[in-house]
Amino acid sequence: MTAAQPLPDPATSPDAPVPALPEAPKREALYFALRNPKLLIGLGIVLAFLVTGILGPFFLSPDPNARIAPPGLPPSGEYWFGTTQFGQDIFTQFVYGIRATFLVGILGGVVAAVIGMAIGFVAGYKGGWVDEILNMITNVVLVLPTLAVLFILVAYMDSRGVMMQSFFIGLTSWPWAARAIRSQALSLSSRDFVDLARLSGVRTWKIIVRDIAPNMSSYLFMTLILLFGGAVLAAAGLDFVGLGPTDGTSLGLMMHQAVKWGALQLGVWWWFVPPGLGITAIVGSLYVMNVGLDEVFNPRLREM
Amino acid sequence: MSLKVSDLRVYYRTLRGDVRALDGPAFTLADGEIMGLAGESGSGKSTLGKSLIRLDGRMKYVGGAVELDGDEVPVWDDRKMNDFRYKRISLIPQYAMSAMNPTRKIGRMTAELLESRGVRFREVREELNRRIELVGLDVDVLDRYPIELSGGMKQRVVMVLSTLLNPSLLIADEVTSALDVSTQRAVAETLVEFRDRRFVKSMIVVTHDISLVYQIADSIMVMYAGRLAEKAPARTIIEAPRHPYTKMLISALPEVGVKYAEKRLTGIPGSPPGLLDPPKGCRFRARCPLASEECEEQPPFVEVERDHYVACWKAE
Amino acid sequence: MRKYFGRKIFVYALTFFAAVTINWMIPRFMPGDPVQSRLARASLSNPEASQAMRDYYNSVFGLDMPVWQQYLNFWGSLFKGDLGVSIWLFPTPVTEVIMDAVPYSLGLLLPAILLSWVIGNKFGAYAARSKWLDNTVLPVGYVLTATPYMWLALLLAWSLGIVGGFFPSSGAYSFALRPEFSWVFVSSLLEHWFLPFLSLFLVSLGGWAIGMRNMIIYELESEYANYLQALGAPRRLIRRYAFRNAMLPQLTGLAVQLGTVVAGALLTEIVFSYPGLGFLILQAIQNQDFFLLQGVFLFIVAGVLIANFIIDIVYVLVDPRTRIQMQGGAK
Ligand SMILES: Nc1ncnc2c1ncn2[C@@H]1O[C@H](COP(=O)(O)OP(=O)(O)OP(=O)(O)O)[C@@H](O)[C@H]1O
Ligand code: SF4
Ligand SMILES: [Mg+2]
Repeated sequence: MTAAQPLPDPATSPDAPVPALPEAPKREALYFALRNPKLLIGLGIVLAFLVTGILGPFFLSPDPNARIAPPGLPPSGEYWFGTTQFGQDIFTQFVYGIRATFLVGILGGVVAAVIGMAIGFVAGYKGGWVDEILNMITNVVLVLPTLAVLFILVAYMDSRGVMMQSFFIGLTSWPWAARAIRSQALSLSSRDFVDLARLSGVRTWKIIVRDIAPNMSSYLFMTLILLFGGAVLAAAGLDFVGLGPTDGTSLGLMMHQAVKWGALQLGVWWWFVPPGLGITAIVGSLYVMNVGLDEVFNPRLREM
Repeated sequence: MSLKVSDLRVYYRTLRGDVRALDGPAFTLADGEIMGLAGESGSGKSTLGKSLIRLDGRMKYVGGAVELDGDEVPVWDDRKMNDFRYKRISLIPQYAMSAMNPTRKIGRMTAELLESRGVRFREVREELNRRIELVGLDVDVLDRYPIELSGGMKQRVVMVLSTLLNPSLLIADEVTSALDVSTQRAVAETLVEFRDRRFVKSMIVVTHDISLVYQIADSIMVMYAGRLAEKAPARTIIEAPRHPYTKMLISALPEVGVKYAEKRLTGIPGSPPGLLDPPKGCRFRARCPLASEECEEQPPFVEVERDHYVACWKAE
Repeated sequence: MRKYFGRKIFVYALTFFAAVTINWMIPRFMPGDPVQSRLARASLSNPEASQAMRDYYNSVFGLDMPVWQQYLNFWGSLFKGDLGVSIWLFPTPVTEVIMDAVPYSLGLLLPAILLSWVIGNKFGAYAARSKWLDNTVLPVGYVLTATPYMWLALLLAWSLGIVGGFFPSSGAYSFALRPEFSWVFVSSLLEHWFLPFLSLFLVSLGGWAIGMRNMIIYELESEYANYLQALGAPRRLIRRYAFRNAMLPQLTGLAVQLGTVVAGALLTEIVFSYPGLGFLILQAIQNQDFFLLQGVFLFIVAGVLIANFIIDIVYVLVDPRTRIQMQGGAK
């Protein structure tokens, strides 16, 4: 599926040995962050889209699907991105679509991250048969082709909202995150400070929340970004086959409409170019930003 | 005299500035000499070892010269150094356990390495077999993958591999620290045997474990914070050290020279100075019980008696 | 050996079991009785089909039976290869509809997966060589992985198909032809195949290039690489080792990514009206043909599981470490 494209790198690819987590001191991290072009460019683009998605709708028609213009106009000064065959303003749809994209990304990403973290931490920290069982579950969900599962899950619902969609996406896209977090937690849980906590009888979840998670916060953040990107792509795939939200609009839904109503054959390129470009720009910037973050948090990569 | 190092300076580039990890040591190594190199963690032992064979990406050559058997060793020139590597200067890495490509059979990897260095594998094959047997292994280890060998076996294979071309100088960095005690002794004895059979002319054996190196080394050199503190015949270092740091090191060992003493170099109060911006003068000053005003000047590394060099104003 | 594969097979069996169970549960336990409402809608569009559907539902769903028996019956008909009857192409059995579509999907997927994997790995290894290459391959790779499959498909269909006219952008072969083994037909098949293949290939390429680049950098910093460098081995040899060793995790990556590529193929097919499984999914959704949708789902799951198993076998063949551990030869 288009969800969670886990970029196979040493940290996430299951068979690679896990390098110990190098945590740079905060101030040093900031120093590098401000000088990392990948991070800055990626973050800049993402923020630009975010602001557009949040503020844009306040300046535009309240209904992105309203038919307010002559149909099939190419981009012009008045209709920046042109209009659809139904006379809808594509720029308005685009801006609303960005909003929906961020919503799906954040909700879906957070749901997946929460599940992935819960399973990954507990498996990595507890070990033994708990680990075995959780591992089994992870592997099962991992090999299930996510988008196909989503088709089945979503197809039977009569009304579909962004919330429901994000929830289902999160529910199916956590496994690689759980694996990655598990192996990191595994290496951390053998460290002295965790042993100390364990010996002094602190509860499991408390150790995880207090001692293990903060030590890999940067890693978790990067995982969340990848899950966000994956959720956006998965949602776009669902929308595209016509299983998108039944109300409102989204970037994937715009492409669905464009294809359904023959934009390709009619040469109405301005109908399908902007939504895909928006998704690519947002997700691509997130990925590039992630590489930047990796360099900031991981001193070993800085010299490269 | 096989090795002569004069005033070698190699720093690590970091964003806060240069770390002066190797700040001008000067010493010589005689033909057939096995020299133990000791000192606290971070004193620059590995940096010295690496400087003599290959500077890694962060290391910066600043000055000084190295001479091997009368030839200048261009440590600053990565490409020219290739003529020396393996053939004249070789090393047994600290990580011998994982020094071999895990997905190649050992023999095949050896062959590929040798051929890439312009040595015909067929011509050294017999010698390789002989040496494999010499270290107590079966020749068929060459048909195995590294994962099929135990840690000690891998260590011995790497020792044979590293010295196969009879280098003049062998650098062995912490080769024993990952092994159990009895294997440690076997490895140490193998090193001596290699020297006795002239597989290698001279050796620098980097270690934390003075008592182990004492049993095999002809001389011991002690480093402190990127500089040399003392170099002398092994027995002299143990029985009559002159530098205050060496004295503290030795007295921290429970029973010096006793066979299985395992005590590491710890237990000296205080910690060495940071090497980013080290203090002027003697670097041991802050921890030295004998420190006085003259120590604000850096003491020279001088020969106080035959083959006994010390860098301390109070060493007379 | 037996233990390794036994474990794998167990996980795959479990996965298949889970997939079938999901498939069984969803129409039965979804709130709002979706089956009845689907039937009601179907009866408007095709009364004849709807009557047969109703009979069929009654026989498989056996709504008067206890739930566990319904579940067992479901498995029973599954083992007979019976996935129900398609509503969209009534009265063709779902299995038959799917079988007609599978070759098209495989024809897209196999070359796209294999070629993108091989070429992506080469690119990635190349990128790790110099800063300059790295700075071009990396961003391009990230943009490609961030591209929704269907969008690249749309761009290609529009630019090379509609505007450029180099390739047809719809269908699997020309409407004027009937399937036969002739030069005309085969070349038409290839022409129609090219764009969907290309778009699938390109999107997958980026991920492999990035993955390989990261793995190779990691390998080049490994201890054996360090040792070889200290002994003056040429970069060429070290790179060769690093590449080979980096391929192994990439192979695992291939297994992990399979689902993604398959989904990509589904979306791509929709854009090009390419008559594979993805196109079936679209038709199933638009025609409310849930037997077909569920059948395709099971098929995809089974396909992915089989592919995973093949990759497992290949992995054992190429990685001496796994092989030796399995033979119990490791010390
Ligand atoms: N890559 C690096 N970047 C910056 N400083 C470094 C780097 N590697 C080593 N150093 C510094 O150089 C000094 C000497 O390091 P070196 O590894 O030579 O010590 P060592 O004597 O071998 O220690 P150990 O006994 O722990 O192996 C240390 O202070 C260390 O902090
Ligand atoms: S020179 Fe001075 S400070 Fe340095 S070791 Fe000798 S007495 Fe101590
Ligand atoms: Mg060291």
